[in-house]
Amino acid sequence: MSNQIPLQVEQLSIRYHHKPVLTDVSFSVPAGKTVAIIGPNGAGKSSLLKGIMGLTPVIQGNALFYGKPLAEKRLTTAYVPQREEIDWDFPIDVMDVVLMGRHGQLKFWQRPSQSDREIAEQALKDLQMWDFRERQISQLSGGQQQRVFLARALAQQASLYLMDEPFAGVDVATEKAIIELFKQLKAKGNTVVCVHHDLNTVSEYYDYVVLINSRLIAAGPTDEVLTQDNLNKTYGGRLSLLNDLTEQMYRSRLDNAHDSD
Amino acid sequence: MNGFEPYPEIGFMQQAWHHLAVFWSFEDINATWVLIGSLLLGMSASVIGAFAFLRKRSLLGDALAHAALPGVMMAFLLSGSRDAEVIFFGALLSSLLGFWIIDWLPKNTKIKPDAALAITLSFFFALGLMLLSYIQTSEMANKSGLDKLLFGQAAAITEDDIQLLIWVTSIVLLTVLVFFDKFRLISFNRLYAKTLGVHVKFYEVLLAIMIVLSVVVGLQLVGVVLMAAILLTPIAAARFWSHQLSTLLILAALFGAISASLGAQISYVAPAMPTGPWIVVSLSILFFISFIFAPQQGLLKRYLDYRQLKQRVVQENILRTLYKLLEREHFQRNHFTLAEITALRSVSTADLTRSIQRLIKKHLISEKSNGYSLSEEGLLKAIKLTRRHRLWESYLSQHADLNSEQVHQQAERIEHILNKEQEEQIVAELMEQLDPHGAPIPKLPSQNLRETKNK
Repeated sequence: MSNQIPLQVEQLSIRYHHKPVLTDVSFSVPAGKTVAIIGPNGAGKSSLLKGIMGLTPVIQGNALFYGKPLAEKRLTTAYVPQREEIDWDFPIDVMDVVLMGRHGQLKFWQRPSQSDREIAEQALKDLQMWDFRERQISQLSGGQQQRVFLARALAQQASLYLMDEPFAGVDVATEKAIIELFKQLKAKGNTVVCVHHDLNTVSEYYDYVVLINSRLIAAGPTDEVLTQDNLNKTYGGRLSLLNDLTEQMYRSRLDNAHDSD
Repeated sequence: MNGFEPYPEIGFMQQAWHHLAVFWSFEDINATWVLIGSLLLGMSASVIGAFAFLRKRSLLGDALAHAALPGVMMAFLLSGSRDAEVIFFGALLSSLLGFWIIDWLPKNTKIKPDAALAITLSFFFALGLMLLSYIQTSEMANKSGLDKLLFGQAAAITEDDIQLLIWVTSIVLLTVLVFFDKFRLISFNRLYAKTLGVHVKFYEVLLAIMIVLSVVVGLQLVGVVLMAAILLTPIAAARFWSHQLSTLLILAALFGAISASLGAQISYVAPAMPTGPWIVVSLSILFFISFIFAPQQGLLKRYLDYRQLKQRVVQENILRTLYKLLEREHFQRNHFTLAEITALRSVSTADLTRSIQRLIKKHLISEKSNGYSLSEEGLLKAIKLTRRHRLWESYLSQHADLNSEQVHQQAERIEHILNKEQEEQIVAELMEQLDPHGAPIPKLPSQNLRETKNK
């Protein structure tokens, strides 16, 4: 049953100006699992998430959420951006950030209601950040900032969570809190997809792995896919001829000029 | 007469007071209009400008104000009328066109947003100036006063203008009130708002329209050139006083209103003085005051904090030096001269005597005929500091592989900020209780007691 698949990516291609970032990436993600997207720097991991969420233009391919396009499944999907992308000086406190997670459900004139506040409260408590609810976000440590973002995603009450490097630069307490969160989400049958950097922790934290380096190398259960052979392919340099020719194709606009039969 | 008249000081002051009294009695209807107009504009522009500021689109307001000029001139050329409504719609149209170009250029060409802003701004301004000179050399009736839109002329404000201002201010403030959460959401995290399914583009255009509205009605009062200051300076000043966005908006509106009323008064009392520039100057003064005196983030507060920290460090260093001397004398002599202190710690004599006086006042040390000695309380504090210093030294040399000179340098700083929990954590992670120079790590009497009990 295709609509039981939380996320299915079909032949996704992304370019930046003329440089190919991702070419023809297809994979699908099983429900109720934690999934790591792994690859070297510049492999297109964050771009993949952004492409899936429609935040960056995609030149080809699409992503299906429980068999439907994103527009129909917004409320079941929560996205956690990278911490560096945020202006942490912005005048806002922790509670208001978490309440932002409720705005997908609110009509354009509506303010968060009492039940929205209760949901946000629970999310903050789940991540041990309730005591910080009145803090300015600029006064939080890196790990605390990350937990606020996770609480905001949690407040969306989604069933699929896409996270861009949640473990990057966090303290031990936050790392434990995230692992605990993963367990809770899995227990509810939810699915978590993360861009992940640290190869040492992959097999411990994730059930399923997607290896990419400008293209898909492999995708599947961690114990089957996380092999030395696959890692060598992922980290052992790109297929430069493939990239060069793809770039040349974009530059020459051949992909538009050539009729696809 | 040599062309030099004595300054009519008393007469001038009396006149000024008189003018001020008339101004605030609201008998002069024209002055009252100027006041109301400036207040409304000051409030709405500063509130809507705050969002441009927070979204790091500060110069957008400036560009849109310049972009309004050709629209005003075209509207006048086509209709031959200078009605507030006609001018308003002309300005609105060309500002929106300018906004569209600024938005379109970076998305479809290699031009970056800042360049797109600059190019659009100067192009529209040039176009406006061209049309203005054409109008001024033409035979058209009631063309005078159009050139005042460059720098504004509040005195020429009419009842029609005020009506328009009231409308625009109400619309702007109401919009912000209704969409506050959404505006904050897209200002804070635009991409995230998109993933929620929020119509980011709609709110961005709405914000831009609100800025255009405020800018366009402000032309008569402050002019094209100074409009950016009315949008941005209030929020920039407010930023020093609060971290809460709603408070910031109220403060910005307040700053906008205060400087607007100041500008209106000054230009009424001294008619040669222009309103717009005075509003901007008052705003800048408010900004400057905030920058220096704001209670949390002001320059003065930061300076005082720094000085306090520096004093504390000097005092704590003296306490630690006295402890070291005590240790050297095997705790047999507890009085030391200034020379003995300076031999171990390089401080200027002036700093030293001043800090010693402060320590005496706090009863941490006492002055005796043969020198200075640690009081009981001072000894406790000195032990605590020395303990932290040596703990950190040991921690670094055991865990971070630094040599003894390096660890001393670091411990000199860390000793002043370590707290109790961190101290306990270090103790838990230490393997031996000696510092890398071989000196014992002292314990507080209470700690000694606890350990003997445990034994």
